[in-house]
Amino acid sequence: MKTYDLIIIGGGPAGLAAAVSARDSGIESILILERDKNLGGILNQCIHNGFGLHTFKEELTGPEYAARFIEQVKERGIEYKLNTMVMDITPEKVVTVMNREDGLQQLQAKAIILAMGCRERPRGALNIPGYRPAGIYSAGTAQRLVNMEGVMPGKEVVILGSGDIGLIMARRMTLEGAKVKVVAELMPYSGGLKRNIVQCLDDFGIPLKLSHTVVDIEGKNRVEAVTIAEVGPDRKPIPGTEERYTCDTLLLSVGLIPENELSRSAGVELSPVTSGPVVNDGLETNVDGIFACGNVLHVHDLVDFVSQEAAAAGRNAAKYIQGAFDQNARRVRICAEGGVRYTVPSYVRPSEIGDMLTVRFRVGDVYKNHAIAVYFDDQQISRRSRKVMAPGEMEQVILTGKQLSQYPDLQKITIRIEEA
Amino acid sequence: MFDTVIIGAGVTGSAIARELSRYQARILVVEREEDVCCGTSKANSAIVHAGFDAEPGSLKAEMNVKGNRMMDQIAQELDVPFKRNGSIVVCTKDQDPAGLEKLAERGRANGVPTQILSREALLEKEPNLADDVTCGLFAPTGGIVCPFELTMGFAENAVMNGAQFSLNTQVRSIEKSENGWRLTVYHRDTQQEETIETKTVVNAAGVYADEFNNMVSAHKMHITARKGEYILLDKTAGKHVSSTIFQLPTAMGKGVLVTPTVHGNLLVGPTAVDVDDKEAVNTTPAGLEAVQTVSARSVRNVPLRQVITSFAGLRAHEDGDDFIIAQAQDAPGFVNAAGIESPGLSSAPAIGVRAAQIIRDILHLTLKDNFNPIRKAVLRPSSLSLEERNELIRRNPAYGNIICRCEMITEGEIMDAIHRPLGARSLDGVKRRTRAGMGRCQAGFCTPRTMEILEREVPMSVFEVGKNGIGSNLVVGINKEV
Amino acid sequence: MEKRELTCIGCPLGCGITVTLDGGKIVDVTGNTCEKGDIYARKEVTNPTRIVTTTVRVSGGQAPMINVKTKSDIPKSKIFECVAALKGVTVPAPVKIGDVILKDAAGTGVDIVAAGNVEKLA
Repeated sequence: MKTYDLIIIGGGPAGLAAAVSARDSGIESILILERDKNLGGILNQCIHNGFGLHTFKEELTGPEYAARFIEQVKERGIEYKLNTMVMDITPEKVVTVMNREDGLQQLQAKAIILAMGCRERPRGALNIPGYRPAGIYSAGTAQRLVNMEGVMPGKEVVILGSGDIGLIMARRMTLEGAKVKVVAELMPYSGGLKRNIVQCLDDFGIPLKLSHTVVDIEGKNRVEAVTIAEVGPDRKPIPGTEERYTCDTLLLSVGLIPENELSRSAGVELSPVTSGPVVNDGLETNVDGIFACGNVLHVHDLVDFVSQEAAAAGRNAAKYIQGAFDQNARRVRICAEGGVRYTVPSYVRPSEIGDMLTVRFRVGDVYKNHAIAVYFDDQQISRRSRKVMAPGEMEQVILTGKQLSQYPDLQKITIRIEEA
Repeated sequence: MFDTVIIGAGVTGSAIARELSRYQARILVVEREEDVCCGTSKANSAIVHAGFDAEPGSLKAEMNVKGNRMMDQIAQELDVPFKRNGSIVVCTKDQDPAGLEKLAERGRANGVPTQILSREALLEKEPNLADDVTCGLFAPTGGIVCPFELTMGFAENAVMNGAQFSLNTQVRSIEKSENGWRLTVYHRDTQQEETIETKTVVNAAGVYADEFNNMVSAHKMHITARKGEYILLDKTAGKHVSSTIFQLPTAMGKGVLVTPTVHGNLLVGPTAVDVDDKEAVNTTPAGLEAVQTVSARSVRNVPLRQVITSFAGLRAHEDGDDFIIAQAQDAPGFVNAAGIESPGLSSAPAIGVRAAQIIRDILHLTLKDNFNPIRKAVLRPSSLSLEERNELIRRNPAYGNIICRCEMITEGEIMDAIHRPLGARSLDGVKRRTRAGMGRCQAGFCTPRTMEILEREVPMSVFEVGKNGIGSNLVVGINKEV
Repeated sequence: MEKRELTCIGCPLGCGITVTLDGGKIVDVTGNTCEKGDIYARKEVTNPTRIVTTTVRVSGGQAPMINVKTKSDIPKSKIFECVAALKGVTVPAPVKIGDVILKDAAGTGVDIVAAGNVEKLA
């Protein structure tokens, strides 16, 4: 069986950044496995600009952002395989892969970084009633068709869900000649970035209807009309509020879920909130030597944070391979409470975090003029006021090694949203 | 001049075609849709009923029990996934267990073994039964089957044995002719009309069977489309139950079933609502809600967050409440296979034999000596060993390229689905033959890739590639030019 | 006096900002909660600009499309004209990031450049 020190599953932004940082941390034997025909992952179809403000201090398109990391991987001579599907990962870190040239092969890794990204929730997950004709696409599928294949999935469009992909596709479809009639959002707030609402909807006069959902899809062969209705606080449609839009296309942008099939097959414990792995501060899962980063771990708002997180995973995997990663160090649990939906990581090893650790999380609702409070056991350690926090954007707190060293008997760290 | 024209390529029409293809006969199957298995056969419970439920003495009872007994051999010959997982009818606290006894009695009359089990005995089999379940009727011969594969198995095997299929072909009229019957059909793809002469006609037109019968017979038939809505859950939920769990009917209705599928998903449904529109395969808020709430009566904690799709099917309910498999009394050579609602899938093998015998007797057909009963399904690389699989990829690298990442379906399987008899011509056609697009992402990932393969292999233009045939095109133009 | 309503894109707060103009001159900005909002509103009212991204066809390449962008931001009112100027444009592979696809798009003085790479078909 062919052996690598580090196998990275996925050649998107997370996998690329992880590979670069592992190599720079001294790991020679690295293999990136990518199922598509190019490195870069989903960035290749995200042709809008706005990527990389944090990392490169300029606004890049998705392919440009990816290209910078691809270049770094190539400069370092890191091995990668394209058009290659990972079929299975065992807890013993045997990776089964398949492609046209090599057939089905098993590879042994000393460490693995999971960087498979996420997938879109389908219609079924929402129980949208109606017919099942052609013309219903997840926003990402439509994005691939329009941006990479150059074909249009429809002319008259209704979009359900105001996640960023849905907003971006509203503009893309409009620019390529389609008429986007409305964007409906189940929640009373948008899941997307404010700037996308202004530049993708307002710029083109596309209405955004908050607290609305699709209650009927008509059309036996191809979509002919979509009916939306307002929903009450229970998110159930309010009778009498139905509005019917004739259209040939319904795009769904109703959430992303980490790709977790392989994580599961490897025996990795998953968080019921994120559907991604539960990790410690070193981004290591419960399975010895298996790390995770990027959208497979939790769905990010900005790719810059994916790159940062992935670089950390690469460094930690390198440490693990070099025998310098102490997964048995005492660990403390981080509890997400009072509006904090989850945190990544879920555990901290106080002796291992060095100077500081960034804990990322999302809130479960829109909070105006609230504070993020951090407690070590019952003692408040920090409190930071925020004018607004929304589920569409990631939040963070910084824990420092110095703080933690002052609490040698710490049992539990709590992060919660409190009234300011 | 055909010996027989079969209207409808659902599981019934296809089973009849296959059984008739044992004989020396010219057989044509006409189907309105672009593919076989596009009506009732594609949207049902995928259950092989044990046969205790039907009224003793009815055709439903006879066909069900015979069909059930034939299913092992059929599944083997036609390479169809089939499993005898057993079924349980559960009785809850507020119900009279005498209802189970009555079903057991029917079972005895129909020749179907059943056993009444206590809650404790049931929980050993099914730990997720609802808290209110007090006892249940267990039927070991109940099973689950893939209805797509069963229908395609019959149809492809019929083609292998000389039957012809004409898809996208709608029957507009049927008239008596000198030697039998004259059908006027409309080819929806070429938009041409054609006249077809045949000695006999088999009416296996599902919810439309009454219309064809009523064209030729004074004995009017009336079929009501009875809608059933279902939800399908991800494979992560597939082991929630291992048997098929039915509910003892109440005043409120028959209840819904919760069952694993042969492919490892969990299926919950159906509702039963009569509808006027025979095309109304839409799901409804009330229907989807009902499926979810009613299922809780028999099975607890159905993981509803794992729902990947929902769908509705229409059962062909005839007013007489029984199957009609007979020559129309006043229309010699016109044979009905009508009113085939539940347990129609279970009964299909037996209905095929029964209807074929009727035609055989009318035309005095003789058996062929070269009938081949064996059909192989699309080759599943996942069923091979690592060595076999690598040998396959060496011979055809397309088997090394995964297209559907949820079900791990390769390009090779999709090419097989396109190039076999009655091959796939649409996304749904590929899906039913290979399961590509049937998984948890519901074709989000593989749609553009499968489109490309259809374009290349059929071949067809990207604007012709459809979800399910005429008018279901997936793209409408190129960028900047729509 | 003319009043213009805007939504600030500076942060998720999304302040509703009202800009009061007198003969094209800004006389008042209200509704913003920070200075970023004021700057954004003044620019957005006097000279709103956008980067435009889209795609054009590639011939002889490993991919059928190449994504492109305006090299710098252009007046918002020129968005559709810029995209229309690319209708029917096909570029031969290879295409590299930064390659000029169309000079001076729609009279904006801004070039449209490739924002991705497509290699030649082997």
